[in-house]
Amino acid sequence: MALSLYDKIWQAHVVDQLGEDSLVYIDRHLIHEVTSPQAFAGLNEKNRKVRAPQKTFATMDHSISTRSLALDACGPDNQLQLQTLVKNCQQHNIELFPVGHQKQGIVHVIGPELGIIQPGMTVVCGDSHTATHGAFGALAFGIGTSQVEHVLATQTLKQSKAKSMLVRVDSSLPTGITAKDIILAIIGKIGHAGATGHVIEYAGQAIQALSMEERMTICNMSIEAGAKAGFIAPDETTFAYLKGREYAPQGEQWQQAIAYWQTLKSDEGAHFDTIVTLNAQDISPQVTWGTNPGQVIGVNSPIPAPQDFSDPIERESAIKALKYMDLTPGVKLTDVAINNVFIGSCTNSRIEDLRAAAQIAKKGKVAAGVTAIVVPGSVKVKQQAEQENLHTIFIEAGFEWRLPGCSMCLGMNDDILKQGDRCASTSNRNFEGRQGRGARTHLVSPAMAAAAALKGHFADVREF
Amino acid sequence: MSGFTAHVGTAAPLDQANVDTDQIIPKQFLTGVTRTGYGKHLFHDWRYLDLHEQQPNPEFVLNQPQHKGASILLARENFGCGSSREHAPWALDDFGFKVVIATSFADIFYANCINNQLLPIALKSAQMDELFNAVAADPSVQIAVDLTQQSVKVNQHQFHFDIAEHHKGNLLKGLDAIGQTLELEDKILQFEQNAFSWLR
Repeated sequence: MALSLYDKIWQAHVVDQLGEDSLVYIDRHLIHEVTSPQAFAGLNEKNRKVRAPQKTFATMDHSISTRSLALDACGPDNQLQLQTLVKNCQQHNIELFPVGHQKQGIVHVIGPELGIIQPGMTVVCGDSHTATHGAFGALAFGIGTSQVEHVLATQTLKQSKAKSMLVRVDSSLPTGITAKDIILAIIGKIGHAGATGHVIEYAGQAIQALSMEERMTICNMSIEAGAKAGFIAPDETTFAYLKGREYAPQGEQWQQAIAYWQTLKSDEGAHFDTIVTLNAQDISPQVTWGTNPGQVIGVNSPIPAPQDFSDPIERESAIKALKYMDLTPGVKLTDVAINNVFIGSCTNSRIEDLRAAAQIAKKGKVAAGVTAIVVPGSVKVKQQAEQENLHTIFIEAGFEWRLPGCSMCLGMNDDILKQGDRCASTSNRNFEGRQGRGARTHLVSPAMAAAAALKGHFADVREF
Repeated sequence: MSGFTAHVGTAAPLDQANVDTDQIIPKQFLTGVTRTGYGKHLFHDWRYLDLHEQQPNPEFVLNQPQHKGASILLARENFGCGSSREHAPWALDDFGFKVVIATSFADIFYANCINNQLLPIALKSAQMDELFNAVAADPSVQIAVDLTQQSVKVNQHQFHFDIAEHHKGNLLKGLDAIGQTLELEDKILQFEQNAFSWLR
């Protein structure tokens, strides 16, 4: 029987069949300060231990400052949460990359860059953007804190198999179009809940041509389409990225691993519950106009009107979104002024993202009245960028160059917007209040964010 | 944890699609290290006119006197989308909700509800209309939810809902999920011994 990549990874991880449900083994578990304290408290209450501490890795990312390495830089509550992570990791013998550590960074940036995440693995984290790791052909998904506790104690989760969706992006990507534009176009096509109950396999010529960084951007936003996970079959690009990374297999094990990884692809004729196709040539630079990531248009398209939506729920959502975003139907986004730019997050803070933004940044200065910050995804990304002098380009253009962390993607630190601010953001969520109460977020690619910073309004990056 | 079998109560109608977990409990309240105390911040941005939660927004459904004491929340499509934060069901539970009935739920939120004895019920769009209409006509109308029978009753209407057998079982018995899995120790150990060397 022809099997999909999902079928193969799933079957390789079933520990026991429990009626309709499976007990699934979890190969790697990533944790951070925000969603783990209650899980450890639960373990301690019942005197349970962490089953496989060597399979869990911890970092600090969500509630840390991007201006200071001090744990108390964002107040006593954040400090207590960070200290709690330190204490829990010490008590349970879990490797932690705290603020200031060479390996510290956003959980979905460091897992891949250290080689911790590999093809065919099951990977979980108490964070909805865990699907990022699907870029390696891993089955990776976000979980709640009760499930974090379950994984810590048992290294397993009870799961029902999801439905499967194939998203195929045919043809080659036009100049100036990035992975962020592809994934926003996909979400725009299938909707913010279009893949609920599904896992997505991304395939097709345009996907195969992407680098690992670009694949991570695609898989990262699977949750914004409602999917439980999103992944891409591993290939030579994947293997070349992983080779020699600190936590990747070495020597004889590397050879064995490669032989297995090469089997990790959907067989010809494998079943998918849903198939969606896009042509890469049709994709233009994307900008969200609303308050969910499915409310997205090409930069040169007019802002839609509520009556453009036939579905009454979508129409209602559009009315509410236009009001919150203070936008007028028919107006073009290139005529909409912004006063903030955020380049960072687990979606777009890797070295290639910073290179793309710097390519634009070096062509001008940040417009008057615009505050623009660049937050690298990890210490390693920051160091690499500084070796390439990207930070100089940013600073000379008027951007702020910050320390690694989640930062303004969710604003659990002091990187928050004010009421009425409008931000071109490379992050993943444009929800009401996400970056600050009453603030307005437009999701874009790193190059588009840099272009908006220089112009003071949205601009078509292909015209730079 | 005690089990969930049935619940009768009044409902608060939140007539919106795509209610995300950032709205249910915003990020500034995620700095806690315990599972309690989130109810007062539930729907903070919509519920309060100020940052310090001193001025309730009279237009928000949870502040309306006719919905005071509601223990069932009604909503539309894709409820609980976005962030995986379990603080969302903790906040709903702490506020006093026992049941959320919506047209559909985001996957992670749904699992988080089950793990916190908060019953998520997905009904068809037309059935949701009936519930919203019933509450609009009489905010004090009692809605009866029976997990054993998988039914929701309001006035003369009765709706059946689907729930996975294992989710239903866990809710009914209020079992310690980790304790159950730990009984499968032999199988987990065997799986680990057979794993590829680079995964161990």
